[in-house]
Amino acid sequence: MTSLERKESLIRITLLLVAFSAVSVLVMITFFIFGEGTPIMLRYGLKKFLFNLDWFPTQGSYGLLPMIVGSILVTSGALMIGVPFGLAGAVFLTEFSSKKMRRIIKPVIELLAGIPSVVYGFMGVVVLVPFIRETFGGPGLSVLAASIILGIMILPTIISISIDSLEAVPPSYREGSIALGATRWQTTRMVMFPAARSGILASIILGMGRAIGETMAVIMIAGNAIAIPRTPLEPVRTLTSNIALEMAYASGEHREALFATGVILFLIIMVLNTAANLTSRKRGR
Amino acid sequence: MRLDRRTEQKLVQSGLWFFTALTIFILIFIIFFILKNGLPVLSFKFFFTNPREMGRTGGIFSTIVGTAALVVMAILIATPFGLGTAIYLTEYTRENVVTRIIRFGAECLAGIPSIIFGLFGFILFVTKLKFGWSILSGGLTLAFMVLPTIIRTSEEAIKAVPWAYREVSYSLGSTRWQTVTRVVLPSALPGIVTGVILSIGRSIGETAAVIFTAGSALRLPTSIYSSSRTMSVHFYILAREGISMPHAYGTAAVLILAILVINLLTYFLMSRFMRKYC
Repeated sequence: MTSLERKESLIRITLLLVAFSAVSVLVMITFFIFGEGTPIMLRYGLKKFLFNLDWFPTQGSYGLLPMIVGSILVTSGALMIGVPFGLAGAVFLTEFSSKKMRRIIKPVIELLAGIPSVVYGFMGVVVLVPFIRETFGGPGLSVLAASIILGIMILPTIISISIDSLEAVPPSYREGSIALGATRWQTTRMVMFPAARSGILASIILGMGRAIGETMAVIMIAGNAIAIPRTPLEPVRTLTSNIALEMAYASGEHREALFATGVILFLIIMVLNTAANLTSRKRGR
Repeated sequence: MRLDRRTEQKLVQSGLWFFTALTIFILIFIIFFILKNGLPVLSFKFFFTNPREMGRTGGIFSTIVGTAALVVMAILIATPFGLGTAIYLTEYTRENVVTRIIRFGAECLAGIPSIIFGLFGFILFVTKLKFGWSILSGGLTLAFMVLPTIIRTSEEAIKAVPWAYREVSYSLGSTRWQTVTRVVLPSALPGIVTGVILSIGRSIGETAAVIFTAGSALRLPTSIYSSSRTMSVHFYILAREGISMPHAYGTAAVLILAILVINLLTYFLMSRFMRKYC
């Protein structure tokens, strides 16, 4: 083996090792989060942990149900707002706008993704929460406020991935439909949507993941009360805010319980990731 | 009753236009609102003095330094790994089980919420490795978080380099590594830089992952073992604890300006160098 060849094979091996960095980080995260979080789940009882309504860490009572319900409510609310807006934006940009317009609007929407989540939360506190309080009553800090802000935050995810999947539909589909005399909207509804269905579904699943995982904005506007809300105007606490609110001072078993909250969150996210990955892979075939 | 399809088309078109316009309006409103309230607070003094009385008076100098230190550290660690991964995936192998595992890992990592990164960084770097709340812990955590972004953008940039470039290089007798370093990477550089800039933007705006790893000390950091508060964390604490609304607006304005510059820069790079984007 010449020295050049030896160098080349050394580089190849180094790059292979480097390429496993992302996977190793994922494994490490899983290992440490589960390592800290699972013992208390087993000790306390998984069923009690998931379905108990009381979260009083100082008295050794760790029921996560209000937070699980909170995350589900806030995420569903976000999807109700984010999905119609996101799909409308994606369809408008791919099917109903000129190339020039798209060149201006697309970066603007990407900018929406760049705004820090604390700024969204802050806007919620100073603009949206007072508005909700004055218009609908209640404390303002609520499921509704969190849903609206999260709905806006997941827009860029839904729009950009839906655009990608609409653009991936072969142009001949659209041309064929238009040639048969269909309008743009008929073409979109009957040809483009079915053809891009799996990508659009993946965009919604990923948006859902973003909404469940969002922390800082939700802490600032959801009110954080540990109770299952009866109306959208009542405050709520999510899994993420539960971790972030109490991490600063938690210790011992309490801290373990917060890591266990992280385990639940992590599992939900991994299920969503895998689902998005599988749906978008189906499209590739 | 069914609508005439032409009327329907017109209705849908105006509906879609309305939704899109509202989205853009929201964005413009946020930026305008923050800048309108924040820009008057900005001054030379605001940028270059340290916060005093928990941030009630003084400026945000130490948080700017803290943010810069964390971002530099995160980028310095994440870029070699991200770029290396992208090079391996594009130049050194074909699609197979290994690449599928690597891609799936990167995709999953991209979907993990920042609070989980915060928990992980806290348990590994702050507690187990005893780095404490520090720039080192925060930088490492952020590096892990932006790794998928760097992998994805570098991979796209490398894939956009025409095959003919490589063929010419190989035909001249270059090795794979020579081709990568002298032909592929220079042409892919603008795309790679774009990924790095995007990661800088994400790191600047990050709060949840940083607050539990870098801490929230207001002093000027002196080494990578100092705890430091970033601008986002500072803004969060100012706003949430109601310490000073003017200073919260001021800090938010600096954040928004930084994000605007970063997005303009990436837009410029992408539209200039990556034809696919236009």
